[in-house]
Amino acid sequence: MSAKTHNEWESELIELEKFIVNAKERARKEQVASDKALLEDQIVKLEVGRDKFLKALYSNVGDWEKVLIARAEKRPYTLDYVTALFQDFVELQGDRNGFADNAIIGGPATFDGRPVMIVGHQKGRNIHERQFRNFAMAKPEGYRKAIRLFEMAERYQMPVISLVDTPAADPGVESESRGISEAIAASTMKMFELSVPSIAVIIGEGGSGGAIGIAAASRVLMLQYSVYSVIPPEGCAAILWRMPERGAEAARALKLTAESAQSFGLIDEILPEPIGGAHRTPIEAFATVKDAIVKHLAELDKMSPAEVRADRFAKFRKMGEFETVLF
Amino acid sequence: MKQSEAFLQCQSCKKILFSIDFDQNLRVCTYCGHHHRISAETRIKWTFDEDSFEELDTDLRSGNPLEFPDYIDKLRLAEEKTQKFDSMTVGRAKLAEMPVSIAVADFSFMGGSMGSVNGEKVTRALERGVKEKCPVIIFCASGGARMQEGLLSLMQMAKTTAAVQQCREAGIPYIAVFTDPTMAGVLASYASVADVIIAEPKALVGFAGARVSKQAGVSKVPDDFQTAEFCLKHGMIDTIVPRKEMRSVLISLVKTLGGHLFVEGGAK
Ligand SMILES: [Zn+2]
Repeated sequence: MSAKTHNEWESELIELEKFIVNAKERARKEQVASDKALLEDQIVKLEVGRDKFLKALYSNVGDWEKVLIARAEKRPYTLDYVTALFQDFVELQGDRNGFADNAIIGGPATFDGRPVMIVGHQKGRNIHERQFRNFAMAKPEGYRKAIRLFEMAERYQMPVISLVDTPAADPGVESESRGISEAIAASTMKMFELSVPSIAVIIGEGGSGGAIGIAAASRVLMLQYSVYSVIPPEGCAAILWRMPERGAEAARALKLTAESAQSFGLIDEILPEPIGGAHRTPIEAFATVKDAIVKHLAELDKMSPAEVRADRFAKFRKMGEFETVLF
Repeated sequence: MKQSEAFLQCQSCKKILFSIDFDQNLRVCTYCGHHHRISAETRIKWTFDEDSFEELDTDLRSGNPLEFPDYIDKLRLAEEKTQKFDSMTVGRAKLAEMPVSIAVADFSFMGGSMGSVNGEKVTRALERGVKEKCPVIIFCASGGARMQEGLLSLMQMAKTTAAVQQCREAGIPYIAVFTDPTMAGVLASYASVADVIIAEPKALVGFAGARVSKQAGVSKVPDDFQTAEFCLKHGMIDTIVPRKEMRSVLISLVKTLGGHLFVEGGAK
């Protein structure tokens, strides 16, 4: 039986770590020098064992486990990257059309010494935050705000950096009545109009249309344990077998991993995560993402505005796999 | 709705109809006005100039890139049933002698879902408009993305939307007609960014399928939720046009929006 959450999948590791913390506390309090030395010796061995276990656990991460990691609540979210990688960030809110969305955030910032425009989905870590962020499921106003920011980026010639992390766009009545489909399509189209370079990084969940609305970028990068899918595996399992609980099986069928996306030419680079995932050593993940953005921006900087657009069109134009039948 | 019989039952009001009358009325129920789904061939015949249609890109066929379980079987079954490789039929046609590039979806082929072939055909239809300087008309009918092609299917949303952008830039009018149903991945891409959006009466039009809405805990919905009428009320589409009037409305739009393309005669 597959684990249902990331914590469940990491449960043995979490137990072991808890035990180590307790053992350290016990050793700190131990008065008898020989006992203390013995405990400390054991702790070192436990830590070596923990590292081995961690490495083993993460050396063979299945597709479903990637879904769990991508959704993990410990995983760095968009604002964590913003804080770590950017300066001068000012969040700009409002779609200027009567509504505000908190699932997509954005605004100008300085990156590597230059102005850029950030747009990204934002998840929440506790119940209150999650509700405030609507579980990172953006409503039409989120995409309309993104369009505003893309236009501003074009006006001031700032590259666009988008951070993708959403289970899906909001499927509610409100969203339907305000045109969620049009908002996603218009946002996708706006990204193709840009003559400034754009880089999308899938940092967690790339959830179908909700993701594509801000991911039609010059370069699309995926963190090693992020996922990018046309449908959530549970939804796929519900359609295929009328059993949402067969998500693990559906995850394998959907080929929603970074490796698969790269093999079909749908993304440009896989960004390796530290052992144990981005959440275990966020600083390493931040550095990897930063270096990758710097590298790709440098390549895109060599292109003229017209070339940037042509390059983006050509990249997406090629996507698809089919046969040509001879009659 | 069995066609071989002399009588048939309306799928909506369940009244019994004469098959001959039914076809003459473009498969719209004479009692309740329900627009029954029709094949791409029938729609082309009823919409565009007689014998003007030239089908193209018939050689594109889906493979099974993901090796998705049962996909090939489903595909081959749909191919056998419809004698086609995809739900999208594309090519050149004429409307009152004005050339148009068209794509017409047929829901009966795997629910009109958008896989690589579908996205490619839509993209080519839009590109043909740019290349041959003629308006593009797309009749949509789709349950959404083709799950069995995974991310490749999702990327067709971006690809087709990019092609619409190129039409806009080239000054090529693009008209979308939402027929029953126009949903999800298709609605959230090329369908919704057309210059003009027309819908057939009562067509199901929406982002999230009923199952998704249910899972997301969406319970209270308006009676007309996800219908063409709901979309019209909320400003998402431009007009609802009954099948009988579709051709004449399209002719007017092509004549006006495409006027700059037909300076030398053509439009009459
Ligand atoms: Zn009826």
